[in-house]
Amino acid sequence: MVLKQFRALFKARTMEYVRDRGTFYWNLIFPVLLVLGLAFAFSGGDDKLFKVGFVGGPDPSVRLLGMEQVQAVPYPDAESALRRLARHQIDFFVDFTTSGYAVNEESSKGRLVRELFLAQLAASPGGAAGFSETSVVGKAPRYVDWLVPGVIGMNMLFSSLFGVGFVIVRYRKNGVLKRFKATPVAALNFVSAQAASRLVIVLLTSAFVFAGTNAVLRFMMRGSYLNLLLLTVLGILCMISLGLVFASRMRSEEMANGVLNIVTFPMLALSGVFFSLEGSPAILRTVSRAFPLTHFIEGARAIMLDGAGLAAVAPNMAVLAGLTVVFLAIAAALFQWE
Amino acid sequence: MSDILRIENVTKRFGRLAAVDGVSFGVPEGSCFGLLGPNGAGKTTTIEIMEGISSPTGGRVLFRDEPIDRRFKAKVGIQFQSTALPEFITVKETLELFSSFYDRPRPMDEVVELCSLADILGRDNRKLSGGQRQRMLLALAIIPMPELVFLDEPTTGLDPQSRRNFWDLIARIKAERTTVVLTTHYMDEAQLLCDRIAIMDRGRILDIDSPDALLEKHFKGVLIRLPYDGCCSDALSGLEGLVMRDDSIELQTEALDRSLKELLAAKVDLTGLSIHKPNLEDLFIKLTGNALRS
Repeated sequence: MVLKQFRALFKARTMEYVRDRGTFYWNLIFPVLLVLGLAFAFSGGDDKLFKVGFVGGPDPSVRLLGMEQVQAVPYPDAESALRRLARHQIDFFVDFTTSGYAVNEESSKGRLVRELFLAQLAASPGGAAGFSETSVVGKAPRYVDWLVPGVIGMNMLFSSLFGVGFVIVRYRKNGVLKRFKATPVAALNFVSAQAASRLVIVLLTSAFVFAGTNAVLRFMMRGSYLNLLLLTVLGILCMISLGLVFASRMRSEEMANGVLNIVTFPMLALSGVFFSLEGSPAILRTVSRAFPLTHFIEGARAIMLDGAGLAAVAPNMAVLAGLTVVFLAIAAALFQWE
Repeated sequence: MSDILRIENVTKRFGRLAAVDGVSFGVPEGSCFGLLGPNGAGKTTTIEIMEGISSPTGGRVLFRDEPIDRRFKAKVGIQFQSTALPEFITVKETLELFSSFYDRPRPMDEVVELCSLADILGRDNRKLSGGQRQRMLLALAIIPMPELVFLDEPTTGLDPQSRRNFWDLIARIKAERTTVVLTTHYMDEAQLLCDRIAIMDRGRILDIDSPDALLEKHFKGVLIRLPYDGCCSDALSGLEGLVMRDDSIELQTEALDRSLKELLAAKVDLTGLSIHKPNLEDLFIKLTGNALRS
């Protein structure tokens, strides 16, 4: 019985969405256009400085690090420096603790710095000490590679919050909820069907945006699709639950619109959709840890750009799952048909 | 005939205002019960308490002598005064959706037939006319095979033709021995459909009975109505059963012949005189002291 009601509500809500052509196409086309537009706007324009990472030392005989054109970046351990090197975030790496250096063979800047480094080494009196070479490989992520998870996350946020929150408030205002209340349908069943319909819709939209932008841009995808899917489902569930919190009581669409915008704006600004938060004030970074969007985007970037496994993104997933439970509990406690 | 639904001493307060103020009555099984009153009388609040949609501040609602519980929802059909329908889905899809909510819904063909929906099955809910919409909402109310149907001002805002069609539909439902409770501020509607009427104003029941019994109780004979220009008030004041209004006088009488003679004797201009059998409209004005505030 409950299942029969659920299926019918799910079907009705999904048809309502698909037939609302305006919203439907907008949700699909807008994010793709946004990624393509930003990719075009931010193509080229690389940083002209050489960035050289180092661990230990530094040995003054290695003149490279003191050069005007070089930004020397200290790292606590070789591992994190090598990861940056693979992503072209630094051009070269010198390890004074083991007398080694590393270069990314796919980076022309890196190979140039290596020539410079070896020449300087040969010319210096202590050069005979000798440094051993390690090479890493890895393509440089472009801005779009970095941007795609952000835009998909943003699309998820809007579609989940407004698609569930706003729609339920509208139902409440115009009496559709009251009509459902007069039937034997349980509130939980009704709300679950709404959420499930939206989950499938947002998942498919995200897949479309992913495939659509990838067809044009061929962006980086190092990790497992299964992990990305798992993270995405968790992210959507979390944002839908947040939408349900707002949908639980409000009865004015204008009010709902205002409140949802107040909530989404700081998330967009602080969750690193378009720009990295690295180097921003600590307080902002702390605040951003509370946003589900931050954790989705961070996890998705780790999977797509670094090829991170499940263990590496587990903290993000745990936060998303935890927030989902909290949001659902609040929504269930507050929900009223009227 | 036993009461299928009874409300006892029901009160509903919104802050300091008592929208419903100590109301009690019973709805006989198989009857059509009308709740009449001007706008703001407390009709909708009362019917929503009867429907179990809102809970009373005081008093109780009994369905077959038991307090209403969760199962009540599956046994009643409700048509609210204003309900939006889910958008972007068709009439047929909406009927299927609501059918899924019940254990043993009425077969779709029967619903379509009863409410004359065959022509508009494929139409989007947003594109229904006023009359089609009311038929659709009635259909949603009868899908559960209800023992009791609530209709809150079902014909408000419809054109005369649609109203008549709608009355036919209600007559069909009555013919199935389903109990109907409706609110209205149309007296003709109440007179035509209802077996029993409660007249309500300012949260209280003013009187309750069958339409004929109510008229019999409050009116003797016929009503003479006459435009009034202010003359001869001295001569008129002696007449029994006379009510003076701003621009008309009304005379309620059992002896029409004598009353007319008295009016002639008072030298009143009889142009524009009308005689009619009192109807609910007259009763309504008499009881609530004002015309329909609509």
